Amino acid sequence: MIFDNLLIWFVVIPVLMMAGLGLCRNSSMNAIRAVMVVGSTLLLALAVWLCVDFLCLRHNGADAEMLYTGSWMWYAPLNIHLAVGVDGISVLMLMLSAIIVFAGTFASWKINPLPKNFFLWFTLLSTGVFGFFISIDMFTMFMFYEVALIPMYLLIGFWGTGRKEYSAMKLTLMLMGGSAFLMLGLLGIFWHSAPEGGVPTWNILEIARQAQIDPSWQRLLFCFTFVGFGVLGAMFPFHTWSPDGHACAPTAVSMLHAGVLMKLGGYGCFRIAIYLLPQAANELAWIFIILTGISIVYGAFSACVQTDLKYINAYSSVSHCGMVLFALLMLNTTAMTGAIMQMLSHGLMTALFFALIGMIYGRTHTRDIRQMGGLMKIMPYLGVCYMIAGFASLGLPGLSGFVAEMTIFVGSFQDADTFHRIFVILACSAIVTTAVYILRVVGKLLLGPVYDDHHLTLTDANWFERFSTVTLIVCIAGIGCFPNWISETIQHSFAPIIAAIQGGAF
Amino acid sequence: MDYSQFGAMLPELIVLGIFLLVFLVDTFSGAAGKKILTPMTAVLTLLATVAIWIVPSCGEAVFGGMYVSDTATRAMKCILSVGFFLVVLQAHEWVESEVMAVRKGEFLELLLVTLFGMYLMISARHFLLFIIGLESASLPLAALVAFNKHKYESHEAAIKYILTAVFSSAILLMGLSFVYAFSGGSLYFNDIALSVTQGEMSGLLLVALAFVMAGLGFKLSLVPFHLWTADVYEGAPTSVTAYLSVLSKGAAAFAFFIIFVQCFGAVYSDAWEWMAYAVIIATITVGNLFAMRQKNMKRFMAFSSVSQAGYIVLGVMAGNGLGLTSMMFYIFVYVVSNLGAFAVISTIEDKTGKISMTDYNGLHVTNPWLSFAMTLAMFSLAGIPPFAGFFSKILIFTSVTSTGSMALYMLVLVALINTIISLYYYLLVVKAMWISADAPKVESFKSSRCMKVSLSLCVLGIVFFGLVSPIYDWLYNAVLTSFPNALAFVLQ
Repeated sequence: MIFDNLLIWFVVIPVLMMAGLGLCRNSSMNAIRAVMVVGSTLLLALAVWLCVDFLCLRHNGADAEMLYTGSWMWYAPLNIHLAVGVDGISVLMLMLSAIIVFAGTFASWKINPLPKNFFLWFTLLSTGVFGFFISIDMFTMFMFYEVALIPMYLLIGFWGTGRKEYSAMKLTLMLMGGSAFLMLGLLGIFWHSAPEGGVPTWNILEIARQAQIDPSWQRLLFCFTFVGFGVLGAMFPFHTWSPDGHACAPTAVSMLHAGVLMKLGGYGCFRIAIYLLPQAANELAWIFIILTGISIVYGAFSACVQTDLKYINAYSSVSHCGMVLFALLMLNTTAMTGAIMQMLSHGLMTALFFALIGMIYGRTHTRDIRQMGGLMKIMPYLGVCYMIAGFASLGLPGLSGFVAEMTIFVGSFQDADTFHRIFVILACSAIVTTAVYILRVVGKLLLGPVYDDHHLTLTDANWFERFSTVTLIVCIAGIGCFPNWISETIQHSFAPIIAAIQGGAF
Repeated sequence: MDYSQFGAMLPELIVLGIFLLVFLVDTFSGAAGKKILTPMTAVLTLLATVAIWIVPSCGEAVFGGMYVSDTATRAMKCILSVGFFLVVLQAHEWVESEVMAVRKGEFLELLLVTLFGMYLMISARHFLLFIIGLESASLPLAALVAFNKHKYESHEAAIKYILTAVFSSAILLMGLSFVYAFSGGSLYFNDIALSVTQGEMSGLLLVALAFVMAGLGFKLSLVPFHLWTADVYEGAPTSVTAYLSVLSKGAAAFAFFIIFVQCFGAVYSDAWEWMAYAVIIATITVGNLFAMRQKNMKRFMAFSSVSQAGYIVLGVMAGNGLGLTSMMFYIFVYVVSNLGAFAVISTIEDKTGKISMTDYNGLHVTNPWLSFAMTLAMFSLAGIPPFAGFFSKILIFTSVTSTGSMALYMLVLVALINTIISLYYYLLVVKAMWISADAPKVESFKSSRCMKVSLSLCVLGIVFFGLVSPIYDWLYNAVLTSFPNALAFVLQ
């Protein structure tokens, strides 16, 4: 029975939530909130339970590549299955998504107008995200990937601010454009997955095991899939949707999008492009190292000159997500571990940033840092939270950013040739730039004299805002203080990938 | 003569029976009897669908191989009659309006004749029978296009339609006469296939293929033979436009597949691969580029359906069982998605007379359910999961790449990039309905019951056709039964 599988519930619960929301009226805000709180709490509990159970299983000697696997035939003529399974990385990604959906629900406590429709699309978005991380069949993976993209159009277009119509269309079309290339790559992988005369398969584990794809095809398919996922990972020069989209999106959507959706790009690059096409990854990594290197540096410098809080954070996301892809392309265990940590760390801290920016904007009605100042005196709670997020972003030890970036650069430095060295040093320089733009914002926004006397009457965070931010801060500090817990969870996951890259059998 | 052979023609006979019944009721009943004409036709078509689906096909080729009734053609006929049922339901309100007071019966009768013609087109395995089917499927449509007799545009559209229909038939017949010469005096599909396999590639065959493709291209409105489409779609009554855009296209696409793959499959790479390649790229791209700029919803749907026809014909490029299955599935999904969109367009037009895209601004405030249905239809047409359109597009792309040819991968890439363009203009409608800040122009109204039924069925189809895979399996098995070595049944 399909529902015996624990993972399926990550999709079933959001679907039930959507059904529940469908029964509510737009005017009955409390019912809508009840459905969302119950649903997202259940998801969070499920994610925690999965995480604990997963670690216990691993501890007790379950050493299969993926656990909780299940596979059900869907479109038999084309061998399409609904196949699920998780390794340590997917478990952590599920955890991250559940945390951010939970925090996002509280961050959009007073969404208006049409709260029901907002949460319907929001939940559909999270269905896509959860489905993507549990899938090990390329077809369902791609399907959930697209499910996660399209609600963005309405969420930004309807509930957004500023140039929302333009940004929503730009974001949707660019991401869908990426997925067009991705689809072609997946088709190529599918039809070349089997040996001569065999049945082609969409299942990632089987494809990797058979390792049949011809090197000349691998090169082409690697470019298609990496670019396809790279668009969502905000890789230069395909990042331009990110600042506009994030700046115009409503708070919870920015959180979910920057926090989780951009991680879909990194996860996909890793799980499909690098894992299934290892030879091409070895040969062509240099092209994408150049591009992601540019992302890191360019994103950081762009953030330095922006004056809109959301634009600053969006460009900082470009830089940090670039670091994720950059580390993955180093193709060694340490750097990849760092990449996964960076995904988690960036997901949490950027969600915290966007939540705080939304709260500040909701009070001051401006996001321009030139028109604000001294907010620490007026709303100390939000100010302190903003500082914590900022310090996590610039890599203060004890918070998540430090662990992730440290691991990435230690891992990246293992490649001894000049090309890699130059790019690693360049990327490292972005840490300094990050400090520049974070401290600039903190100084201008929080410290110094109060800029606008009208701001003096503003109130500090209320209970649901505190709840949302505390959840995220606890997680950020948790990763920063106990990073070995993370690396323990994911340590088994890299072995098959590294083996595939080195061309060895496993 | 062995009359038992007529047993194989069960689908056609059923349609003929419904036609006669409608004719008799129309002739001999008073105003009260005429009221039940559309519901009766709708219910009977639904029953006919079930009958065609359940009753096993007895004997494949009859009349010396002129006519075939195998599982694949039966499945295709089921798809068409489901579409017919939905169209008749949608037309109910318009048929009952005062403009139509005296001509209810005629509308349904003409519609049924075209359905009969389409059935023949699908089942014909001899070009003479095929032409009979084609003509009876297209000539009555000209009369239907002219049905709004007080509207100038309707007449203009009808003239345009009949001229292009006749012109394209003439081209097709010219091509067939070349085929006749090439095959040494036979118009049976099997004989032609044999002589194409054995004979050498010649200029005669090339010209014949170009003419046949052009003739069928007119029916399918493939670029560059699409020029009639927008004007006819705009001028025709909306129900007729809906009918033209899905059913005519579906039947013609199936025939296109059978003719090119079964008769001319042997010269696929020599002769018609590049023709079809160019035509498909042009169709998808031109349809999309023109659709972006349309403000009138019917013209918009016209260009959108031009581009969709390109995606449907993609299945022909695969040339195998997967291609045919995916094409039929695509047509089925296209039927519900497009009719869903047309249901909204036509109900708004019936109630308020508004047809421009700007009239849809702020529609969600006054008619939330209609905008919801329209949004789903647009998403499905654009190929957004979890709606059916996503699955039909991906399955057809997967089938096309199954031959492994690099050229076809590139064709799929062009098609994929075009889905982005199409997403842009489909989102324009969504934007008008949900995001535009203008005051709503369409006041709140209640749709008629038939329209509600039809629209709900379309929405159900849009949501579930993709998620529920047995439909695809059923089509695949039907194709597999008809063409046993299906995965490469022509193009070895």
